[in-house]
Amino acid sequence: MIRVALKGLLGRKLRAALTAIAIVLGVAMISGTFVLTDTIKAAFSSVFTQAYKNADAVITGKSAIGNNNNNGNGPGTPSLPGSLLARVQALPQVSLAAGAINDQAQLVGHDGKVISRASPGLAFSHTDVGQHFSPLSLTSGTWPSAPGDVDIDAATATKNGFAVGQEIGVIARGPVERFRIVGTVKFAGVSSLGGATLAIFTLPTAQRLFHKQGRYDEIDVAAKRGVAPAALVSAIRPLLPADGQVRTGQAQAQQATKDTSGFLNIIQDFLLAFGGIALFVGSFVIANTLSITIAQRTRELATLRTLGATRRQVRRSVMLEALVIGTAASVVGLFLGLGLARALNALFVSFGIDLPQTGAVFKGRTIVISLVVGILITMLAALRPALRSTRVPPIAAVREGALLPPSRFARFGLSGGLATIAASVALLLIGLLAGGLSTGIRLLAVGVGALALFGGVAMLAPTLVPPLVGVLGRPSRRLGGAAGGLAQGNAARNPARTASTASALMIGLALVTLVGVLAAGLRSRFEDSVNKVFVADYAITATNNFSPISVASAEAVRRVPGVNVVAGVRAGSARVLGSTTNLTAPEPGASRVISVDWTAGNRQTPERLGARGAFVSKDYADAQHLRVGSSVTIETPSGAVLHQTVIGIANPPKGGSPYGSVAISSATFDAAYPNPQNLYTFIDMQGGVSPANTQALTAALSGFPDAKLQTKAQFTRNQEQGLNSLLNLLYVLLSLSIVVSLFGIVNTLVLTVFERTRELGMLRAVGMSRRQVRRMIRHESVITSLLGAALGIPVGVVLALLVGAAIKYPAFTIPVGTLVVFVVAAIFVGVVAAILPARRAGRLNVLEALQYE
Amino acid sequence: MVARELTRRYGEGPTAVEALRGVSLEVTPGELVAIMGPSGSGKSTLMHSLAGLDRPTTGTVDIAGTEITSLSDAKLTLLRRKHIGFVFQFFNLLPMLTAEENVLLPETIAGTRPDRAWLDDLLTRTGIADRRSHRPSELSGGQQQRVAIARALVTRPTIVLADEPTGNLDSKTGGEILDLMRASADDFGQTIVMVTHEARAASIADRILFLADGLIVKQLTEATSAEVLDVMATLQS
Ligand SMILES: Nc1ncnc2c1ncn2[C@@H]1O[C@H](COP(=O)(O)OP(=O)(O)OP(=O)(O)O)[C@@H](O)[C@H]1O
Ligand SMILES: [Mg+2]
Repeated sequence: MIRVALKGLLGRKLRAALTAIAIVLGVAMISGTFVLTDTIKAAFSSVFTQAYKNADAVITGKSAIGNNNNNGNGPGTPSLPGSLLARVQALPQVSLAAGAINDQAQLVGHDGKVISRASPGLAFSHTDVGQHFSPLSLTSGTWPSAPGDVDIDAATATKNGFAVGQEIGVIARGPVERFRIVGTVKFAGVSSLGGATLAIFTLPTAQRLFHKQGRYDEIDVAAKRGVAPAALVSAIRPLLPADGQVRTGQAQAQQATKDTSGFLNIIQDFLLAFGGIALFVGSFVIANTLSITIAQRTRELATLRTLGATRRQVRRSVMLEALVIGTAASVVGLFLGLGLARALNALFVSFGIDLPQTGAVFKGRTIVISLVVGILITMLAALRPALRSTRVPPIAAVREGALLPPSRFARFGLSGGLATIAASVALLLIGLLAGGLSTGIRLLAVGVGALALFGGVAMLAPTLVPPLVGVLGRPSRRLGGAAGGLAQGNAARNPARTASTASALMIGLALVTLVGVLAAGLRSRFEDSVNKVFVADYAITATNNFSPISVASAEAVRRVPGVNVVAGVRAGSARVLGSTTNLTAPEPGASRVISVDWTAGNRQTPERLGARGAFVSKDYADAQHLRVGSSVTIETPSGAVLHQTVIGIANPPKGGSPYGSVAISSATFDAAYPNPQNLYTFIDMQGGVSPANTQALTAALSGFPDAKLQTKAQFTRNQEQGLNSLLNLLYVLLSLSIVVSLFGIVNTLVLTVFERTRELGMLRAVGMSRRQVRRMIRHESVITSLLGAALGIPVGVVLALLVGAAIKYPAFTIPVGTLVVFVVAAIFVGVVAAILPARRAGRLNVLEALQYE
Repeated sequence: MVARELTRRYGEGPTAVEALRGVSLEVTPGELVAIMGPSGSGKSTLMHSLAGLDRPTTGTVDIAGTEITSLSDAKLTLLRRKHIGFVFQFFNLLPMLTAEENVLLPETIAGTRPDRAWLDDLLTRTGIADRRSHRPSELSGGQQQRVAIARALVTRPTIVLADEPTGNLDSKTGGEILDLMRASADDFGQTIVMVTHEARAASIADRILFLADGLIVKQLTEATSAEVLDVMATLQS
């Protein structure tokens, strides 16, 4: 019996392959995600292992606020006093100890622009002693020995046309400085550090550049023979200052790996979610394809029943078929994932997220999860078709044109669909709006609710098909003539089938719509905010729009003639009232270039902060029950503890504000942060925005290639870039599920063509041309995909409304233009899906088709 | 096999059709019974009821001592495996299986080990031994029906039911199939009930039952073709 089922499957290779594609893509996404993130994790782990391979102990500063950057290299981490090195060297257990600077500096290309915008520019110091611990090795030239020397990484040199002997600009804390390249280096163990540029200076130069004269970021220690690293660490610990920490080299590498893997785990979950969506859509496609195949095999299944096959055997043969398809598809998907991992990486790189790479890592876990998930989803999707197959009565073997009895659930479609939708909306409301539930439960409620919503709409769809096809088929009838009219009839002929095909597309389109509507709302809110807040003429931000940049750039423009006000806003993380919070600090004059509403205090409040004042945002004040007069304790990463008093409560617009939850004066900030930086700098000038002013400011900023001067309109556009990138990334990832549903349409059409072979032959015999046949199939396809859009876009809008309500989203905007694009995309999907089936239908031999049974 | 007072009504109310209106018949082992009658007289309905493919509205069918009209689907399936072979007008072969695999399908489904000698004998007698590894699409209509007959015989069922096995074949091929039916009854002692329109059936059947309007109206034994044609003519008028 198993053999019979397998032979049957072999006899329907094309159909089986089409069914499998739906699962292949989803599984490839899952396996690709694992391969990508595992590869990156392995690369990081290798980077850190290399970085600390010769160190038995590593001493670093310790961030006082314990943010997630624990490896002691995060920005804002305190540095170590130089005297510590001598005391460590004096320990009897120590054979060698070297101090080093690890910071960030950017390299400037020949075009005067910062080379690496998305990835950090890393800076190191070089000493001969320290070389024992360094993961870097020379590829050409020499190590830096003079104050004006720098080594850069070989990859950056090649890519940007730099050679030993040439000069290169470097931005550390102040304006750009020029150095002479004396050598190129590479980092051991990895081909790429994720696009990061490297700059290596002599130790004194590095200390000067980063304002760490006489101090170190890291001290690497090697033990004498026979001293265990743990013993060394214990010996060092008593020497440490309060803001220092020591770990064994191995522990340091592990900690550093752990710090990065948190971020990678988020990326992994994020991508897996899209794989899950694709598989969910795939399960619709599989269920539908199997149902159609079973309907077409009614006669065959009935014959088996007359020959003594039990219902169980029939059900098992269908499940076996699903098992085989699911297994084959999962295996193919698993390996396709290897290729997809590269594509995903390329995708991230194109969106500015460049991560280090090593050879692809293919873990056992990847194989197991990919196969189990792929097979399980296929089998689950096959359950209903398999149950239906058992309802084929033996008598169907002798009845011409016998139909599968309607599903037992079919008559509950309308009420069941409505009930499911009601339940799903309730779940979504609970998940999104109800208070007092844990995040896990809320996410579960939202997830199950969304799945149920799609399921409910799919159940309702067969009822909606006839009227919707009547409307959506109108253009086909008008444009396609007789073929279009027939296509409309065909689309409505088997409502359940058309509905389920369209439902798969509905899911992808609903999610795309959700994202598009939310983004439109966010964008309009952001624009409203900028219009309100931005009362300056110009702004300066980092070239990448989001990194804080050196305060020196603000100082540089202060001297430009005609400048009325220059006010920067510092930003840094701090622990406020026990949790890590974004702390900002406006410079004097901020009140004249930034405008927000005040719940308590007034426009002058930022100017009156003084040494002990702070103002907070209204949301933060509400959450923390703060009033004017409340005191707040702020701990900074360097260990400073500030006791401030709330003197005002700002009520910034919802779309964002340059002030974070808590703001103090820039003077107070600068005293507490060793390396203060501005997130934004705003400028007010005589004569406002004018070509002359722009020119003067640009000239003043020429020493700061990492700073970007912008007008209000440019600022808005630049700040929206991040949102647009994210939006495009989401669209690309969601398009995977749309591709799956496209294959669903292909399946249905191919199967329909099989089924209507005789009818197509008849139509050809009475004078329908090949072209008309193709057109008929194409219009049927487009009507189906439009149906998907007609279901999906409203569902997406409803989801956006719910999500918007959850995040208190006043600006609900329907992006009509974007939605029109989605409808056009749906039509495109329909046209593409029809290519293969239409060609098959057009090629049918009239005579054979008429004899086809 | 014994059938008693079979009636079968299709539909409800004024549009209901009485396809069978009280048919009783008894078939003795080894007998070849032909059923004839005008179109719509209820022949197929009778065959389906006898084979347990369809439930009669009233009446009983006993096969090998079991009353089948009240059996559950599962029990009926098992009974069909052992006791009933069915030959269809449209062959109903599985296209992806070879001739031999099609013949063995009932054994495969039942999970029983085929008797090789018996299979070879059967294939030889049905004349498809040299076609055993061909697929149905590579066989002529007559050959396909031979495969179907071999399939019905392979489990040595208590009774073989055939509904117009020659209905889709030309008269020469049809004649050969009729001869094969006769030979099966003679050589294997196979009990067969067969619906046919061919007057030639007269010469091979032990007994001919004539059905009209859902009732057995006449029975002939050892009849000649002329007699059969005569009866058919009166029934049709
Ligand atoms: N599934 C059905 N539903 C309704 N009526 C049916 C059904 N099957 C058969 N009938 C009716 O029952 C009567 C007997 O049909 P049946 O198929 O048994 O005739 P038949 O003798 O086999 O005819 P033929 O020689 O044309 O095959 C006919 O009037 C037919 O229309
Ligand atoms: Mg009939």
